[in-house]
Amino acid sequence: MLDALLNNYQEAVAIILFGIGFATLLFQRNLIRKLIGMNIMDAGLFLFLTSLGYIHGRKAPIIEEGKILSEAFINPVPSGLVLTGIVVSVSVTAVMLALTVRLYKRYHTLDMDEIYAMTLIEREEND
Amino acid sequence: MKEFLRACFRKDSSGMEEFLNTEEKPDVSRQIRKSAVRKWQESLLSNPEMQKEIQRRQQRYHVLYRIIAVISCILFIAVMLYMIAHLPLYGFKNPRADVVASRYIEKGLEETGAVNVVAAMILDYRAFDTLGESFVLFTALVCTTILLRFGAKDKNRFVAEPVFDTSSDTILRVIGLFLVPCILLFGIYIILNGHLSPGGGFSGGTILGASLIILSASAGFTTTDRIFTYKRLNIMTFAALGFYSLSKGFVFFVGANGMHNPIPKGIPGAILSAGLILPLNIAVGLVVACTMYGFYSLFERGMIGHA
Amino acid sequence: MDFICNLPLFMIIASLFSSVLCLLLKKKAAYTVCGILMVFLTTADAIVLYYTYAHSTFTYPMGEFPAPWGNEIRAGVLECLILLVFMIVLICSIPAGYRYLRWEVDETKHNLYCALLNLSAAAVCALVFTNDIFTGYVFLEILTLASCGLMVATETGRIVLAGVRYMIMNLLGSSLFLLGVVLLYGMTGHLLMVPLHESLAEISTDPSMMLTVTLVVGVLTIGLAIKSGLFPFYFWMPDTYGWSTPTTAAFMSSVVSKAYIFLLIKVYWRVIGIDLLERMPLHLIVLALGIAGVIFGSVSAIRSNDVNRMVAYSSAAQIGYIFMSLGIGGRAGYIAAIFHLLGHSVTKSLLFLVTPRLEEVADNSMIFKDLQGSALRDRTSGLLFTICSLSMTGIPLFAGFASKFLILLAAWDSSSYGVFTAVLIALAVSTALNALYFLRTVIRIYSHPENEDPENAEPVRRHHSLGYLIPAWTLVAVNVFLGLFPAITAGLIDSGFGMLL
Repeated sequence: MLDALLNNYQEAVAIILFGIGFATLLFQRNLIRKLIGMNIMDAGLFLFLTSLGYIHGRKAPIIEEGKILSEAFINPVPSGLVLTGIVVSVSVTAVMLALTVRLYKRYHTLDMDEIYAMTLIEREEND
Repeated sequence: MKEFLRACFRKDSSGMEEFLNTEEKPDVSRQIRKSAVRKWQESLLSNPEMQKEIQRRQQRYHVLYRIIAVISCILFIAVMLYMIAHLPLYGFKNPRADVVASRYIEKGLEETGAVNVVAAMILDYRAFDTLGESFVLFTALVCTTILLRFGAKDKNRFVAEPVFDTSSDTILRVIGLFLVPCILLFGIYIILNGHLSPGGGFSGGTILGASLIILSASAGFTTTDRIFTYKRLNIMTFAALGFYSLSKGFVFFVGANGMHNPIPKGIPGAILSAGLILPLNIAVGLVVACTMYGFYSLFERGMIGHA
Repeated sequence: MDFICNLPLFMIIASLFSSVLCLLLKKKAAYTVCGILMVFLTTADAIVLYYTYAHSTFTYPMGEFPAPWGNEIRAGVLECLILLVFMIVLICSIPAGYRYLRWEVDETKHNLYCALLNLSAAAVCALVFTNDIFTGYVFLEILTLASCGLMVATETGRIVLAGVRYMIMNLLGSSLFLLGVVLLYGMTGHLLMVPLHESLAEISTDPSMMLTVTLVVGVLTIGLAIKSGLFPFYFWMPDTYGWSTPTTAAFMSSVVSKAYIFLLIKVYWRVIGIDLLERMPLHLIVLALGIAGVIFGSVSAIRSNDVNRMVAYSSAAQIGYIFMSLGIGGRAGYIAAIFHLLGHSVTKSLLFLVTPRLEEVADNSMIFKDLQGSALRDRTSGLLFTICSLSMTGIPLFAGFASKFLILLAAWDSSSYGVFTAVLIALAVSTALNALYFLRTVIRIYSHPENEDPENAEPVRRHHSLGYLIPAWTLVAVNVFLGLFPAITAGLIDSGFGMLL
């Protein structure tokens, strides 16, 4: 299994990156850092996706004259999926940042624990 | 109460004052929320020793949370690495996965007229995904506008203040005015050559958006506001996305019913080729540029164009 | 190809186009466009439902390229039936919650709210009809973002904090779902459901790959379970549903989370294949989490002190029911899950639309003790709340009873006594708990306040507009239809599952 892992090292690194992002999301208390963790997660995912399509010694799929089509190019599908993923990630980040701005305007802190503590008192009343 | 909050949150309480007072300001919204918050304030005042309780609960929650988080992280990475080991070998063609990809490469030029196979894939073969993708961006724009744009009742409350008024800085303005046309041209080139070379609507649109951001940052918002009012930005988004959705709907309809597609494919390699891919790239580029500029403007000062 | 087969495409394109159209419109025109769109979607979907029932299911290529190369959508009885109920909920919750929308949404943002409603309608249509797993991911993100925008369109209370937590959980779910999709792509090289299924069936004949396939399915399940609010992940629910405007709450609790569950069911049936799924130990975990969700959701609902949170927590319990019947497995289990999904959609949306009316006559408070006697002041809403409570508790005549009965039958069918006992105990306990908190509320809203003010003694007979009454009674009618004739709906769902293979 270790052999297989070493052969697939790029995917393994991508997944570890995803895990780092996940840990950042879980352990950081600052909302901006949580967001950064989320973006690291996405980046790991995109790296993973691109490495799925890569084939040694082949080029990006822009067709040129005089190339044997079936043996010159990498798999174009993951590239397209990564494009979609990046756009989604950008949109999501923008919305999350907008939410962060609004949250800061209300609570004047970005520390999720402090915000949580503030609402805990509120919940004491409601729960 | 202020002392309590200060001790509780270890922060300057000037923010808290404002936080508590937001609910007191005239608000058209439902009264329920108000009463809940007022009741909370009352309970705060009557229970000064609640702080201990909070800290106790928080600590217990924290320990539990951390243990669960560590375990889930490690478990997750281990499981994923196990899966990676069973995936096809990196850097070699996956024989099983080749059916779709090889068809895109071998027939892509013939069937769509685009030299760039990725563009052919995202704007022709799997165009529905990309349609959804541009609408994700649109959704994000709408959400950000809802969140950050000053509404009718905010007009009196907030006054947009120019945080970085750079328009008086001569160096910035001159360099900006020099740079912006170049970047604009580069973005347009990327968009127009999307079907021939790497690039396309999304990347080119981002570059266009960046040039607009540089323009408004260097020459000040007064310059860009003259061109990009909220209404014009909306009209542009509407035109681009409306064209995109309707034309793609037409192509889907024609394709699924086996009719003849009236859009010519052109000569491969020429600018005017690849059927709908070029106009779609332009539409996507416009949307992305509008969205990027809209994001910047909303985050910077809470409005697009003049309020 | 019949012309009717084009209707799903028209539905999606029309909702996307009208969402951008709303940008340019003023408040009234935007709501008109939204209403017209919803009526169109509902009728078109009813037509497609009839067509698929009379003829057969059909796939529709998006573009000229057939199955493994281009995107596809697919319409069958099951898809159309679920979409029909979703659309009925949507079409009812807009006019019924309009009273609060008018107050709570900023004057300049009504058209954006409509745009988001249209976008989420498009996303729901695409999610239900999709035959391509990556299209599912894209529209899932649209639905997530749009529902977040619908939430924060009102600026009340803790809604922004609720939005942040909702988004963090949901984005984690989406990332996991995307990871699952990517892993599936890496193994098979396909994204469309049918070739993916064939390729996966071929792969899983190799016993060493079986565990990998199971883990991928696990990742997909966890992603969608986080998004729909299964047991350990339900803590964002009460704030989200409790603080958003009634239309949004109704839409989110009964359409958004259900759409994710339906996508999961579609992945199970059309991608993984039910035979393969039966060989995995996954359904036991889902069953356990579902049962835990049922119990913990009900307990949290009992502990909560205000009616909005109670209704929201009971949503968590009902999601638990759906996952529990998914965990039972077998065709009967899935039929029960879909039936419960439909029944809960119509009930819970009405509950979210009715409770603000009761709060309004109770001096705008959602605390239980202030709600005392509110049904006496607003008799229609009180009656509607009672009907919903009876349905949620599982009294015969309403949808809740029929679905619980179906779940029990499915557990009996599963021929495993352990599963049957667990489900039976969970159902019994949760029904008792449901009865406790819902009937407690009903008794409270019908009992006279203790120290009544003289001016409040007179019942306030509020005149309700037709925009509230017609949708509310429509939802009740659907509810009673599901409860009285469960055989018809269950038969439809059964034939739908037959076509799903």
